[in-house]
Amino acid sequence: MLELKRIALDAAAWRERAAALGRGEGELYALFGDDDHVHMVVREPELGALEMLSIAVENGRYPSVGAAHAPAIRLERAIRDLFGYEPEGLPDTRPWLDHGVFKRSAPLGAGGAPREAEDYAFLPAEGEGLHQIPVGPVHAGTIEPGHFRFTANGEAIVRLEERLGYAHKGTETLMRGAPLDRAAQLAGRVSGDSTVAYQFAFARAAEQALGVTPPARAIHLRALMAELERIANHFGDFGAICNDASFPLIHAHTGMLREQVLQTADACFGHRLMRDCIVPGGVARDLSEEGAAQVRALVADVGPRFRKLFELYDRKASLLDRTVTTGITSAELVKRFAPGGYVGRAAGRKFDARHDLPYAPYNKLLFKVPLLTAGDVDARVRIRAEEIRESLSLIGQILDALPESELCTELPAANEPREGMAVVEAFRGDVLIYLRLAADGTVARCHPRDASWFQWPLLEAAVEGNIVADFPLCNKSFNCSYSGHDL
Amino acid sequence: MRTLLLRSIFKGPATMEGPDAGPQAVRELVKSLDDLSRRVLGRSLAIREVDSGSCNGCELEIHALNNPVYDLERFGLKFVASPRHADVLVVTGPLTRNMRMALERTWRATPDPKWVVALGDCACTGGLFAESYACEGGVSEAVPVDLRIPGCPPRPIEILKGLIALMDAASRTGTAARLSRPAGHSQPG
Repeated sequence: MLELKRIALDAAAWRERAAALGRGEGELYALFGDDDHVHMVVREPELGALEMLSIAVENGRYPSVGAAHAPAIRLERAIRDLFGYEPEGLPDTRPWLDHGVFKRSAPLGAGGAPREAEDYAFLPAEGEGLHQIPVGPVHAGTIEPGHFRFTANGEAIVRLEERLGYAHKGTETLMRGAPLDRAAQLAGRVSGDSTVAYQFAFARAAEQALGVTPPARAIHLRALMAELERIANHFGDFGAICNDASFPLIHAHTGMLREQVLQTADACFGHRLMRDCIVPGGVARDLSEEGAAQVRALVADVGPRFRKLFELYDRKASLLDRTVTTGITSAELVKRFAPGGYVGRAAGRKFDARHDLPYAPYNKLLFKVPLLTAGDVDARVRIRAEEIRESLSLIGQILDALPESELCTELPAANEPREGMAVVEAFRGDVLIYLRLAADGTVARCHPRDASWFQWPLLEAAVEGNIVADFPLCNKSFNCSYSGHDL
Repeated sequence: MRTLLLRSIFKGPATMEGPDAGPQAVRELVKSLDDLSRRVLGRSLAIREVDSGSCNGCELEIHALNNPVYDLERFGLKFVASPRHADVLVVTGPLTRNMRMALERTWRATPDPKWVVALGDCACTGGLFAESYACEGGVSEAVPVDLRIPGCPPRPIEILKGLIALMDAASRTGTAARLSRPAGHSQPG
């Protein structure tokens, strides 16, 4: 289990750490506010472990990390909106999540009068023949709300700027003071496509805080659900990317594969997305003998069918023409932003929380972490295809090893303030949950950090120089979460 | 690809043969949806989806309606890209305050007669987010809702049933009620 090492830093040491991140030493893993503090989670790839560094906020101010390390900027704009803290030296002080219509400002901090709504100043792009294309927050397709401001020269995208926050629901504020079970439900609604991963991470953070280990069967069932969620999403993405490249045949077939996974999940666990099936202490649903047989039949059926679809993708020049060399993420930016999931693994960053921050039962299972370096749409497609194969194998291994035991361990009373942190690999990338409990067992602070925080900015860079018509393709190949980011 | 196409042709349709969708219920559903949609809208109902801050769970199930298993379009129900082409707004999410203006503008851009479906627990009541400083607590806080389809998220089959219920109600009350809205509400925003 992930050890929670917390180190208090003074302003000078904090600044030095930020500067080190800016020089490429270590990776910024999370950055979030707390009562009178700001926490920074840093990963040293050589050491493997995560470190949590904390600074006390003085007179509402602390030294900005974003001043030295760009990936921190949006995180600090969010801290500024939600806590009212001032990151000193932050290069971009435009509000991020607070669009000026909340019932109050600084909802996680001291709270105050609502901020005035003001025009959002998009970053300029100047030159002859440039035009702007505003898109969203209501899109042409059935996708989440967000605004994209393109500046284009004819067909070529010169600059894309994202404006997010439309899906901001105040999840972290609702978690504060909530009993553990309600906070777990909220965690499962941070990003619907990763509901299993979030509740898995939340449960582990709560168990770490309370010093309990869930029963062996629950641990295995959690991983089974997580892998079903992964393949369902990868099937969906693979098809949707092909569809955006005008190849609906594959989309129709992967739609059926995805549907089969969800129907199996429904039959086994009573919910198609397996929401609220993982709870702190264990799992709320068991897998019956028939259920296990259904999952085995699913694996045996969808595996070969997907292989055929991937062969089709791999042989269609018209498809590859759209995906190869489209939407490239540069190695330099990938190193700096350290994105998780297929965005990182398609561009040379070999990190998978199941492998690099191992947790049960993955430490006893065999799987490969695929790695490519091209960083284009095609590479992100191929990483997903590899991961589907690995997940199908993992599901078989989990069923083979599925022990008999209780489903849930009773949680002890907290009795004193406690904290825990857990990372789980969702289909999109690693999600982190930091959880602090009050002595009465309610949630004092919970921060869910989605993988999207470090992927969204790279999308802006990846589409530069591409044609506008390839944006949906690039966007789908990233498939960042709006809700997971906006919270 | 040829093999794949040929196999698809000879294997027969994949539509509505899911293990748990209840084949009998599905056939009945298909029939009633077909009759109603023809009666009310001449086999054509255009739907515009608006995410007012959902967790994206509802969107996943709306996507599923378009897969070959449910194949929504065979009923004449289809998702369109613009509110100006739409008869129905299907709205998900607890209506975040950041999305309120966008929803209102989308509603105003939808021509009469129009219906609004609140899809999912969040859209119906605000769900777990009802009390948030950042949410209005349900779609009806901003636009009139004609139908609620609860669930977190509702299964695709429940969404289909809901759309039937909407058309059923519309066929009984006609479109007069909707057309008589104050003029200010039906102007494009």
